[in-house]
Amino acid sequence: MDNYAYRKFKNRLFFILSLACVIIAIIPLLSILFEVIIRGASQINLQFLVSVNGIGPAIQGTLILIGLTSLIGIPLGIMSGIYLSEYGNNRYASWMRTFNDLLTEFPSIVVGITVSVVVVVGLIGSFSAIAGAIALSIMLIPIVARTTEESLKLVPNSVREASMALGVYRWKTILRVVLPAGKSGLITGALLAVARIAGETAPLIMTVLGSRYFFQGLFEPMASLPITIWRSALQPSAAVQAQGWGAALVLILIVLSLNIGVRLVSRGRMRK
Amino acid sequence: MKILKRTKRSTEIAEETPIEEKILKNEKMQSIKLNAWFGDKHVLKNISLSVKANSVTAIIGPSGCGKSTLIRCFNRMHELVPNARMSGKVLLDGRNIYSREVDPVLIRRRVGMVFQKPNPFPTMSIYDNVAAGLRLTGVKKGHNLNEVVERSLKQATLWDEVKDDLKKSGTSISGGQQQRLCIARAISLKPEVILMDEPCSALDPIATAKIEELIVYLKRAYTVVIVTHNMQQAARVSDFTAFLYLGELVEYGDTRSIFEGPKNELTEKYITGKFG
Repeated sequence: MDNYAYRKFKNRLFFILSLACVIIAIIPLLSILFEVIIRGASQINLQFLVSVNGIGPAIQGTLILIGLTSLIGIPLGIMSGIYLSEYGNNRYASWMRTFNDLLTEFPSIVVGITVSVVVVVGLIGSFSAIAGAIALSIMLIPIVARTTEESLKLVPNSVREASMALGVYRWKTILRVVLPAGKSGLITGALLAVARIAGETAPLIMTVLGSRYFFQGLFEPMASLPITIWRSALQPSAAVQAQGWGAALVLILIVLSLNIGVRLVSRGRMRK
Repeated sequence: MKILKRTKRSTEIAEETPIEEKILKNEKMQSIKLNAWFGDKHVLKNISLSVKANSVTAIIGPSGCGKSTLIRCFNRMHELVPNARMSGKVLLDGRNIYSREVDPVLIRRRVGMVFQKPNPFPTMSIYDNVAAGLRLTGVKKGHNLNEVVERSLKQATLWDEVKDDLKKSGTSISGGQQQRLCIARAISLKPEVILMDEPCSALDPIATAKIEELIVYLKRAYTVVIVTHNMQQAARVSDFTAFLYLGELVEYGDTRSIFEGPKNELTEKYITGKFG
């Protein structure tokens, strides 16, 4: 084989190898999705989605958790991100940035057990919806802080200077000029972070516990989809297991719709 | 002239600061032994220079000589850069803007700035860009926003080109128009001094000519300090010229005598294009 043909072959081989790896990576993902749809879809009907006997309480619980977590975690995360990006030009901030990165990678079970000890046992004295939201917020804040920092850093400095040179105070420059300029990045980051924590199970088992009923109150145990899936999988009964597959499909759809939301937001950004 | 009246808020601050030096006739701003650093780099060395009211003062010199830093010290924008520091005094109407009780934010309302690259607020319309000055500084009380926007755009000679598109994004117009929009935004607050940091360097010749015409027009109501790379521009628009080299003020005087009979050899070499 002459040199030219050999080089062409190597070129082709590299492409084929990378393609093969993508396929290998995608197969398990697709087969999970396929499995969940096959087994879950047959369960889904209105009765299953809304009644106490189906997964009504779990869907309600997950939506409440997403809402509460967003309410606590997004403002805190965005404010932290603003600090890191806009005031973060000192040593303390760089420590905080490192610590924040560490928190992003924190094992969720550790967050769960800590919140369980401090909030569930210490403060409230019961498994509760609010404890779950706190645990999830602890996981949400560093992710939102990071994405906020990244998207605010993309806002050109000339825009900040324009505002400062007009004699606008810094806080107002940030709120009225910098944040609007980084808005779509903030929304994208927050939605992705929420989608990422919506499926967390470990911290919920130790904080909200799970429940067979609809929402009882913030300080009471609550149902949620990840816990329902986990519990159903442990049951011997085929009917209960099937319910778990149904719950899994619904959870995937919720996460997927958050992701589609992100696409819509970022597409809006492209068009502009 | 009505446009000459200043906003009330912006005059309040000065009265608290003592008058440091006797103001010579018509001296609007004055720097006294001004030094500036970025980290360890000493970029301005003992600059003492005064700017006359209702005139255009050009600051020329090769890249990196400290021109931009000098005017950024005139409205306290220099200190916003990390690791930047300065020493010396800058007087505005004889009062040191670096005195402890002076709020730099309020100084920036009296000494406006136009940057090298047009920087309209990207999320705001043309109208909102001009109105932003009043809205974000909280001085809109007692002002009719529509009137201020129209007047500022007219002064910036942009009104006729954009009056039907005020709702369009500030970044949708051409570069030259964006720069005039930025000038309109700066003058909407009726500053006393307008600092311009190479305002034409990103523009084509036609847009440049328009801005130059505008600068000459603006000096009737404002004091203008312009940094420029372009010596013809300095000769065309300015009344006084300062030549800076390696952070030092080499020569300063009225533009004609600087260009026709420079006293310093360096100045002569620079304006005749032998270096720079």
